[in-house]
Amino acid sequence: MNHLSERLYLYPVWIRIWHMTNAFLCLVLILTGLSIQFSNPGTVVKFNAAVSVHNIAGIILTISYGVFFIGNLFTSNGTYYVIPVKGFIVRLQKQFIYYTIGIFKKEDAPFPVSTETKFNPLQQVTYVVLMYGFIPFVILSGWGLLYPEITVKSFFGFSGLDLTDLLHIVAGFTVSIIMCVHVYFCTIGKNPTSNFKSMINGYHESH
Amino acid sequence: MFYKTNIRPAWVVLVLLMVFTLAFTLVKTSDSTPDEKVQTEQITPSKIDLSKFKNAAENENCLKCHGQSKYSYENAESKNTVTKRMYAELILNRDIFYTSNHREFKCTDCHSEDYGTFPHAGNLRMEAKANCIDCHGGDEKYAKFKFEQIESEFQASVHSETHSKDFTCWMCHNAHTYKINARTNEILKETITYDNLICLNCHGDINNYQLLTDKKKPNILQKHEWLPNQASHFTNVRCIECHAKNEDTLVVAHHIMPKKMAVRKCESCHSKNSILYASLYKHQVSENIQKEGLVRGLLMGDATTIGPDKSNTLNIFSIIIFGLTILAIIIHAALRIKKSD
Repeated sequence: MNHLSERLYLYPVWIRIWHMTNAFLCLVLILTGLSIQFSNPGTVVKFNAAVSVHNIAGIILTISYGVFFIGNLFTSNGTYYVIPVKGFIVRLQKQFIYYTIGIFKKEDAPFPVSTETKFNPLQQVTYVVLMYGFIPFVILSGWGLLYPEITVKSFFGFSGLDLTDLLHIVAGFTVSIIMCVHVYFCTIGKNPTSNFKSMINGYHESH
Repeated sequence: MFYKTNIRPAWVVLVLLMVFTLAFTLVKTSDSTPDEKVQTEQITPSKIDLSKFKNAAENENCLKCHGQSKYSYENAESKNTVTKRMYAELILNRDIFYTSNHREFKCTDCHSEDYGTFPHAGNLRMEAKANCIDCHGGDEKYAKFKFEQIESEFQASVHSETHSKDFTCWMCHNAHTYKINARTNEILKETITYDNLICLNCHGDINNYQLLTDKKKPNILQKHEWLPNQASHFTNVRCIECHAKNEDTLVVAHHIMPKKMAVRKCESCHSKNSILYASLYKHQVSENIQKEGLVRGLLMGDATTIGPDKSNTLNIFSIIIFGLTILAIIIHAALRIKKSD
């Protein structure tokens, strides 16, 4: 079980291009989003510049998400996001214990990467919640703010626009937290940089 | 059995999206805009019970002619009854007058008793119209409305400086129809529409605009082309927020500035120290917080500025979460490095 193969071709070209685009756009959106959120006269990025860049990046992200969405609807890559319900909690616990205890004892990862399972249970649930929950929500609410006239005017007495704004910010913040953790967890590989290389050359290097 | 079928999450999202779109369309179609409400109210005002007003009977002597679009009189020489059209600006709508702030007045409180005879004497045309400060100046009962401050702000405004004595309170406020709005109307958008219509009465109507100038009326939509989401700005912000010098008070700003001094920077409004929160928005937000509590108060109503942070609690909370995440990462990384040695 331990030494399946040295190099697995796990990340086809379209996924790598999508991933790079997505990473870049998310960074731009987080930075411009922050400067809009904390805008004040005299800030480094001017409010209108930040808004324009945020809008454009948001529109491109929508297209890029469309590529991801359709790709995972029809290619075999979509199967990695299917969570087998039976025994999932137990597997999630195993992975959690590995990350909090086992990893320091140099134990082997409980769910090593293979062509059948690209993601461990914890990754799987995070990616599903992120890519099929937060990201589509942040995109939809973003469009709602881009075209305020299409946004519901009131929602159970709350101002629709304010609520959309608030939820957009909360969702955007969650995405940026997940992104920080994601980048850190990528240093857990054969060596700290191997996972980053994988997203460039497409090959995963096993332990 | 059901759980064994492995459904890709993308399909689930697709179905949810379709349901969401359907629900959204249904909610959207049942939405009514407050702008429409304002209009219908103006077109079909409620019938007023005139017996409630002590001066109404006496006022009818004037309103029997000035309350409608035509009037009739008997020609003293030919003995014929003549019907003429009333000049539009001399018509007073009873429903509007009796819901206005000056509804308890009788006509002759402000106008000459000599109007009692018909035809009215020619020299009555020269009668000076009273300005706000003439009655309200130095009146303690009206101190909170700060008429003196309004007067001095107006004197410094571009309206007063450019047009001198020709520009009076009456250009914007008609004492027959004036109704206090910002302090009493809970619907912010109605107040905004009400206030903006005052500006548009001249700046959107060439006939009124040219009463004071021979200049061509500027095209407001074109002049504001630089403003993103123009329609949204026009229905959510009062002209005076950018075009008048605002103080931190609900008293409506009367110091209208020359156009080159108008606010053009997005961050003047879309920032923590938004100028919008100096007057009208602040009033509504604080009213809502009083009524609904902090969280609901901040979210209720139409006081919306997109972008900048509104809630400090949320900011502190997010900084704590971010800090904890980074701390957890650092501890985890440190332990990994230590154990790998």
